[in-house]
Amino acid sequence: MSFIRKKLDEIKAPFEPGNKLEKYRPAVNALDTFLFVPNHTTQKGAHIRDAVDLKRTMITVVLALIPALLFGIWNTGYQHFSQLGEEVGIMEAFMHGAWKVVPMIAVSYAVGLGIEFVYAIKRGHEVNEGYLVTGLLIPMIMPVDIPLWMVALSVIFAVLIGKEAFGGTGMNILNPALTARAFAFFAYPTYMSGNEVWVSEAGAVDGISGETILGKLAAGTEVPFDSIHMFTGVIPGSIAETSTLCVLAGALLLVLTKVADWRIIVSGFIGAALMGLLLNALPSMGVDGNDLTNFAWYNHLIVGGFAFGVVFMATDPVSAAQTMKGKWIYGLLIGLLAILIRTLNPAYPEGIMLSILLMNVFAPTIDHYVVEGNVKRRKKRLQTKTVKTA
Amino acid sequence: MPKSVKVKRGLSLNLKGETEKILVDAPKSKIYTIKPPNFHSIVPKMVVKEGAKLKAGDELFYSKYSEKTRFVSPVSGTLKEIVRGAKRRVLELRIEADATIEYKDFGQMDPLSASKEEVKELVFSSGLGAFIQQRPYDILANAEDTPKAIFVSAHNTAPLGASFEFILKSKMKHFQTGINVLSQLTEGKVYLGVDADSASELKSVENAEVVHVSGPHPAGLVGTLVHEIEPMNQGERVWTVRPEDLAIIGELFNTGKLNAERTVAVAGNAAEERKYFRTLIGAEVKTLLSGQNPDGCRLISGDVLTGAKVEEAGYIDYYANELTIIPEGNHYRMFGWLPFKDNDIHSMSKTSLSWLFPNRKYDVNTNLNGEERALVVTGEMEEVMPLDLYPMQLIKACMSGDIEKMESLGIYEVAPEDFALIDYTNTSKIEAQEIIRQGLDLMITEVG
Repeated sequence: MSFIRKKLDEIKAPFEPGNKLEKYRPAVNALDTFLFVPNHTTQKGAHIRDAVDLKRTMITVVLALIPALLFGIWNTGYQHFSQLGEEVGIMEAFMHGAWKVVPMIAVSYAVGLGIEFVYAIKRGHEVNEGYLVTGLLIPMIMPVDIPLWMVALSVIFAVLIGKEAFGGTGMNILNPALTARAFAFFAYPTYMSGNEVWVSEAGAVDGISGETILGKLAAGTEVPFDSIHMFTGVIPGSIAETSTLCVLAGALLLVLTKVADWRIIVSGFIGAALMGLLLNALPSMGVDGNDLTNFAWYNHLIVGGFAFGVVFMATDPVSAAQTMKGKWIYGLLIGLLAILIRTLNPAYPEGIMLSILLMNVFAPTIDHYVVEGNVKRRKKRLQTKTVKTA
Repeated sequence: MPKSVKVKRGLSLNLKGETEKILVDAPKSKIYTIKPPNFHSIVPKMVVKEGAKLKAGDELFYSKYSEKTRFVSPVSGTLKEIVRGAKRRVLELRIEADATIEYKDFGQMDPLSASKEEVKELVFSSGLGAFIQQRPYDILANAEDTPKAIFVSAHNTAPLGASFEFILKSKMKHFQTGINVLSQLTEGKVYLGVDADSASELKSVENAEVVHVSGPHPAGLVGTLVHEIEPMNQGERVWTVRPEDLAIIGELFNTGKLNAERTVAVAGNAAEERKYFRTLIGAEVKTLLSGQNPDGCRLISGDVLTGAKVEEAGYIDYYANELTIIPEGNHYRMFGWLPFKDNDIHSMSKTSLSWLFPNRKYDVNTNLNGEERALVVTGEMEEVMPLDLYPMQLIKACMSGDIEKMESLGIYEVAPEDFALIDYTNTSKIEAQEIIRQGLDLMITEVG
């Protein structure tokens, strides 16, 4: 360990303040702090500090994503081969998936971290770890056959316009990963929806039935899957969002470690369940509804990107509501809107992306009114005081 | 039924290196030092020159902007040196002490039979005003004000904090007189916060409303007490006094002498002799070290959350009741950022397994355990903030200097020390205390 440390210090020497390469220091530091927690000591304020830092928090999210990612890689292969009518082993399916997914992750990290490094050097701050999560999320929510250059463009848009334009990490209004997806969705709609994009190399197969369940429901075709399929995730969809089971495993880690706020997750599911129940009740109120509104409410919770979005995207602390009460409202509205958009808007057979982005925009407003309650309490106290003394 | 305050949100840090409850006399310090920067926002106007002969209680300087507030010498001796910094700012007044202390006689006074004006006059002219802080802004009290209430918190919940019950045991008579003095300085009440679970004599103090305080740190901070009992509103003033300082105030009224006795608890996992030392305000740090060589350690005048770094050759700060010694943490930890690694370092976060051992006492050092980052994580500050306000929103308002927002979010109710736990726990390693101090200073210049 001390050998590595010595080597690192040697490498870092020309980047230290006062030397020629000083301005590239954040880049070198980012690599160094990846190996070692630095030797920095407290210089002001409290003399002792908690063991937690942003790197640890972000790595915990990455860990939570691993089950869904591994499953997604396998499912990519499985969907491909099952469409071809071939029976293959787990490893073979996994290798096919990895062949598709790993390059996307590599492109996402390379492009995104590249921009982060450039901005860190330009603005003279350290590289923030948030992109470790964003960079993994972006490929996980894309259709598998999207060209790599589109992934790269989406990443550039998300990081530059979605984040850096607002002042960098911690200042963005929208969730960067969803911004990337929304960009791809509106810029290249033919690659992001329809019945051919969800299964790897589907174009090569005749008579493909690679639509997502929601796509089928919207089109009014037969759904050959039951709730167990939806829950375990052996269905076509974006790479890593299909398995509610794996998403919940990640959610468990996030909630137990308190990295994600359980309030948002719980209220999100409550909101979706309520909307599902309401829509399910339409026929009894004399309205016919459609296949989507009549889709059982509990299936709404486990199908599509809903669970993945609520657990990993809605809980992004920067773009979510920041107050306790705000988080309940924010989560509830995301759930309600996600199912509403999903069922009633024929153009978008999935609603979670738009519903989270919409609520990202409204989160500061929700917080404003929650905080205003506290401010009013203070003002009222002052008023009663003045009245008493007057 | 006495009033009680039960704090729910907070964090009591369980650290190694508690002070044994043994009181000893510290070796006599040759030099005692008053540091004007200890009195925030005071601009000193010197009344004595280098070489002046002083008695304990003789005036050294007064505040340029509130002349009634006087600052006096804690010992008798010779003013050896005035240390100045940039722009000739006075940093330290070093007084070489006589072998036996001579006291200036202020005359005895019974605060309860004297008039309010007489009491106030004696307090501020004898230098006792330096012991009285005000809220808002966490600065010294202005002699022209009459506060709506005065608060004393004798329950120290800070990590490795000195026990005021122990310190005051032999000073109860003076402490009671001090309370009587305070009762003459306010139109309202004097509140004394005591540990709800102890059977201390403090609970039977007269002329003050005793408040039973329980719960985790910052339950013992006076700001928490103020907030729970009589929250501050815009335009109001409350005063606060530290418990041992109150005994000094009382003693001056009882005896006519300023006995600037300070009990300093030496604590911390790197301290060798952990005892309570009886000394005087501004004593040399090395007289408290019992010969220990503190190389590789951080010496903190005060507690680990709010204290100030001092050198071995330095002097204890004016208000400090602790000298905390902990190891410096200037070392690397390989892959220390991995979740569930290094669980022997305490963490509020559940990404460490330290929460599985609630009774474990922790070794601490000064490592930052990370680097400063943008504010990302939400909800964690609220967990250690018992005051009814939104800490992160207030910090952001202070950072952007938005006065209107700071006002509406409760800047008048807070002091930097109320945010010390946020310094400790926040993931982004934001310096919350410093930000709040700057916010308060901005309010002083803009609103006053």
